[in-house]
Amino acid sequence: MSVVIATRGLTKRYGELRAVDRVDLEVGEGDVYGFLGANGSGKTTTVRMLLGLVLPTSGEAEVLGEPMPASRRTVLPRVGALVEGPGAYAHLSGRANLALLDASGADRSPRGTRRRRVAEVLAEVGLDPSDGRPTRAYSLGMRQRLGLAAALMRRPRLLVLDEPTNGLDPQGIQEIRALLLRLNAEGTTIFLSSHLLAEIEQMCTRVGVLDRGRLVLQDSLPRLLRPTGLVSVRTPDTVRCAELLGGMVEDLTDDRLLVRASDPASLNAHLVGHSVRVSEIGPYRRSLEQVVLEAGSLPPGPPPPREERPSGPTELSDLQSLRRVDS
Amino acid sequence: MIGVELVKMVRRPRTWLVIGMLVALPTLVAVLLAVTDIAPRPGSGIPFLSAVLSDGTLFPLAALGVVLPLFLPIAVAVLGGDAIAGETQAGTLRYLLVRPVGRTHLLLAKLVTVVAFVVLAVLVVAAVSYVEGRLLLGQSPTPGTVSLSGSTLTEQEIAGRTALALGYVVVSMLGVAAVALFFSTITSSSIGAALGTIGLLVTSTVLLGLDAAEALHPYLPTRYWLAFVDLFRDPILWRDVVRGLIVQLAYLFVFTSAAWASFSTKDIDD
Repeated sequence: MSVVIATRGLTKRYGELRAVDRVDLEVGEGDVYGFLGANGSGKTTTVRMLLGLVLPTSGEAEVLGEPMPASRRTVLPRVGALVEGPGAYAHLSGRANLALLDASGADRSPRGTRRRRVAEVLAEVGLDPSDGRPTRAYSLGMRQRLGLAAALMRRPRLLVLDEPTNGLDPQGIQEIRALLLRLNAEGTTIFLSSHLLAEIEQMCTRVGVLDRGRLVLQDSLPRLLRPTGLVSVRTPDTVRCAELLGGMVEDLTDDRLLVRASDPASLNAHLVGHSVRVSEIGPYRRSLEQVVLEAGSLPPGPPPPREERPSGPTELSDLQSLRRVDS
Repeated sequence: MIGVELVKMVRRPRTWLVIGMLVALPTLVAVLLAVTDIAPRPGSGIPFLSAVLSDGTLFPLAALGVVLPLFLPIAVAVLGGDAIAGETQAGTLRYLLVRPVGRTHLLLAKLVTVVAFVVLAVLVVAAVSYVEGRLLLGQSPTPGTVSLSGSTLTEQEIAGRTALALGYVVVSMLGVAAVALFFSTITSSSIGAALGTIGLLVTSTVLLGLDAAEALHPYLPTRYWLAFVDLFRDPILWRDVVRGLIVQLAYLFVFTSAAWASFSTKDIDD
């Protein structure tokens, strides 16, 4: 499986400020990569560097196997992007905007093919292909869909999307998610940056978390959210329960215990059998939000030396060894 | 890309609004002259305007003299200032660059489009004012027109020199276009870029009126703008026309290079 995006030590400095600090991204072909980070964490700057809009201060970036921004001319025709919101000429219709954008590239389609493709891609994102109104009359959701349509025009191998469902109603969000998953099934790699953790959790296969310019976490999502082997028990009789279970208890808060056990059902029977009232019991799964917040609260430190970490920055296992597993 | 930019310019309602405004002022002048029949004193005010009352076919030149000092440069400054800054404001610049469109290629296409606009505007103003001149101000009873030197010029000579004059007016605007394009690359506000350019032109005009700035006069962009009048002397007085050409080409070269230097490695943060 080839690597679609790879960066090594990618850095962008604005004077003293390190907006992007030695980031080592890795996105494989066919991934749906979720790029997470707070506002101001350097996400957008990283994306702009990948697209050749901003020159890195140091480090390297490779997209589709070729160095960027040097190979812009050969790489970018195969990349579709939606960066920090869509852009369109307000006095022209959606179709006209797409047609102009297509005609602007060296690999422009012949006019007939272009017209068909424009209609096709507008329908794909849920816009009316026969709509001739200027885009200044569009709602926020429609502008967003048009931006997506523009990214999809050339059937790109890689989609770089920044908040793709911004401004869409729940139905729209579902439609776009279905569209993106279908494209991914057909072979398109998707690099997605979003604030909506729920969305990332639903769609992505790999996740990278940026915090104050550092990539603090990069791992496959199933591995991050794998079962912990713990059972969460809520009981009014916490003290008795803790005494009963002894060393099996990994964590104890006011009304909830985390118990190392393989089967919640048999644990339940055991507790009830010893007159411990159980109000809630079930396997303990970490949410993405917990993982991200934990990763973000790590103090920024020097990255581990390259030789020890061939697979990239901090993996979940490192976090686990540094602190107890709790929320 | 040049083709795409030209299409964009033509499809933009603003382009035609500006051309309409450029045509409106000479039209107003023609109507006033025709109605009042009051000619300006020869040698003062707008070139050729005193002659048009006897021969309306000279009106295109008078119309050029009307729009050249103020309206046309402002129109060019606005369009040039909008070249890159307008795309930034609309949010379309980053998508063009990611298409990809080469930065140098884009800059050149924008410059060519602004020049194309000037050619279009000049032709429209000339054509409309020719018609207005014929209709409102009549034709001279004797064939041929009197040149500024007193001798008579045939119709073909007038037509030829008018074509040269139109070409010269277009060249005169090259400097403005290049300056506006440069400002457009260093700011994200197209009105800011236009105002910067207009500020430069106003400064140039003011300094031209100042004897203390005489050493600067040959280098100021507005110095030789009205030299197209010299094309209607007998024989043609080439001195100022050639100097004007050189000054404009120099401004074109310097400011286009500056625009390229600024734009080609700039971080597009929008």
